[in-house]
Amino acid sequence: MATNQDIKKLEGLDDYKYGFADPDEAVFRTKKGLDREVVEQISAMKGEPEWMLAYRLKALEHYVARPMPDWGADLSEFNLENIYNYVRPAESEGRSWDDVPDTIKKTFDRLGIPQAEQKFLAGVGAQYESEMVYHKIQEQLESKGVIFVSIEDGLRKHPDLFREYFGTVIPYTDNKFAALNSAVWSGGSFIYVPPNTKIDLPLQAYFRLNSANVGQYERTLIIVDEGAQVHYVEGCTAPIYSTDSFHSGVIEIIVKKGARSRYTTIQNWSNNVYNLVTQRAMVHEDASHEWVDANIGSKVTMKYPSCYLIGKGAHGEILSLAFAAGHQHQDTGGKVIHAAPYTTSKITSKSISKAGGRASYRGLLKVHEGAVGSKSNVVCDALLLDESSRSDTYPYIEIDENDVSVGHEASVSKIGEEQLFYLMSRGMSEDEAASMVVSGFIEPLVRELPMEYAVEMNRLIQLQMEGSIG
Amino acid sequence: MGSALEIRDLHVNVDEKEILKGVDLTIKPGEVHALMGPNGSGKSTLANSLMGHPGYQVTGGQVLFKGQNILDLAPDERAKMGLFLAFQYPVAIPGVSLANFLRSAINARRKMDDPEDKGIAVGEFRTLLKKKMDLLEMGHEFAGRYLNDGFSGGEKKRAEILQMATLEPEIAILDETDSGLDIDALRIVASGVNALAGPDLGVLVITHYQRILNYISPQFVHIMLAGKIVESGGPELAEHLEEQGYDWIREKQADAVESP
Repeated sequence: MATNQDIKKLEGLDDYKYGFADPDEAVFRTKKGLDREVVEQISAMKGEPEWMLAYRLKALEHYVARPMPDWGADLSEFNLENIYNYVRPAESEGRSWDDVPDTIKKTFDRLGIPQAEQKFLAGVGAQYESEMVYHKIQEQLESKGVIFVSIEDGLRKHPDLFREYFGTVIPYTDNKFAALNSAVWSGGSFIYVPPNTKIDLPLQAYFRLNSANVGQYERTLIIVDEGAQVHYVEGCTAPIYSTDSFHSGVIEIIVKKGARSRYTTIQNWSNNVYNLVTQRAMVHEDASHEWVDANIGSKVTMKYPSCYLIGKGAHGEILSLAFAAGHQHQDTGGKVIHAAPYTTSKITSKSISKAGGRASYRGLLKVHEGAVGSKSNVVCDALLLDESSRSDTYPYIEIDENDVSVGHEASVSKIGEEQLFYLMSRGMSEDEAASMVVSGFIEPLVRELPMEYAVEMNRLIQLQMEGSIG
Repeated sequence: MGSALEIRDLHVNVDEKEILKGVDLTIKPGEVHALMGPNGSGKSTLANSLMGHPGYQVTGGQVLFKGQNILDLAPDERAKMGLFLAFQYPVAIPGVSLANFLRSAINARRKMDDPEDKGIAVGEFRTLLKKKMDLLEMGHEFAGRYLNDGFSGGEKKRAEILQMATLEPEIAILDETDSGLDIDALRIVASGVNALAGPDLGVLVITHYQRILNYISPQFVHIMLAGKIVESGGPELAEHLEEQGYDWIREKQADAVESP
């Protein structure tokens, strides 16, 4: 339960909020004030080693000193106070099923999500009976030497491995929100796959959810050793209801020589959430990494999964989908850095905007000098469902090497009257017709999802599409 | 009368311009009608108006189907009643396979008959689709291709007839299904239509050329000129057109205007 002390600390944050406009003062107050204490408290609560606390504190300093990014989505309405809501321990939220908005409950029902799971997803602390399944998978993984634990357990039980890689892919100096996450991270996964080990089934964060709730500041570290293979899936298509209006994760992945990995995210936060996530893979020689990233929910998402191709012949792929409706702004895309010869990459971005939603593709493709023979292809397709919606493309391409091949194509289309008429002439209602066109549009991404996610994804899109035309 | 389609004094505008100027035509189940006419005479406008294309404004007249005026119905409602249009230019729907699309279309119709219907079973659908594809000499791999996406002209038209065969309409309008087809494709498409024709199906074949009528034999032939049906008759009318072209009918019209 939240203690009086906690509440007092939260109240104190108001000072911080007003001080924030004046950077000098803000730095001063934060250093002196509550935030440092909060970080110390988190670290102590988790029983962390000294080095981690020191790391967190340095990150906090950096976070405070760094200005808000002004190049992406509009964050001006963003309420800083909410950033500190994490102070409440997860189990003290004391929320009840009755507090969950009806719209969310209805969506759960229509997606066919079992009641027990619904309560869990809504964050009302119900037990989700996945423990048995989870243990069985754990046994199989352990027999192969695979580590798949919470990030906290990773630090506790595998301190050397953890320390060797933590923060190496995304240092806290990377951006303001990476700094924030580095200071206050809590929850997430730690995965290590030993050399030449192939995991056939996708690893799913979902199975672990009841033991370590996906936090506001989730932190995930995945190490895929030489020649190994893994696919990790996080999130789920059901709307994640959160009273916290801020989510800022950091995902670091190291893909060693000849290894292959894929990380799939389906994000459907409720539409009060600012979702600002940094995820990056360091891809070594002849290794490959793929990001499959679907953003359906949230109020604002800023997320650009990236691949740093640092070894000869490394390959990176980003398949990104954004659905922006109403007051949503999905500012998503991808980043690929070619820093070694014969590296290849592919970015495919698909966005759908409806009912005033805004979807932006923001991508960076950089080829360093010396990355000879590198190839990259970027394709951005946007689908607008009505006149009030918006789509933008911000493709940044920096090439410092002559011997490369780079392709970029972008298209914006509207659901055509002719397409709707054609489908309707076969007996489909206008909504069904529009939903079919959209399903077709996102098919290249859905095809890449594990079966059960693909099915849910299609249902979700249909739900999103209801009443969207006319 | 049953499932007859009755078009009465139909007037249609496109972009404020009157294209159909009072069309009368009745198609009964079991009948095959051919509608012929030069380019721009309004044939495709009639086809699209009958199906309910939003770009065509009906300014007068009635279209009765099964005794009900369907002009206020949306295209999907008309389709569910048993009306079908084989498009002259079928549009591509990338990412949606022909099979998935057809299954959704079948299910939409079944839902109309029975709101509780759970949809056609996968096995049953596969059997049905294979049977219909064989009828049209289509490879089964066609079912997995994205609807009309990258289809050749002939493939598109065959896919249209496949849809007709699968959805089993009561009145089918074929809008220039013969255009852009080579002779083999034409033969296959025509034999597909013939196989479907029967006492329960009424067909309106819209065509610019007489060619398709060598394969599909209409009992009734109509000639459209400047938004009106100006001549109706039996199969001999089509033959006459083949020999004489459209000029004689234009002249006949002109004479009629000059001597009222």
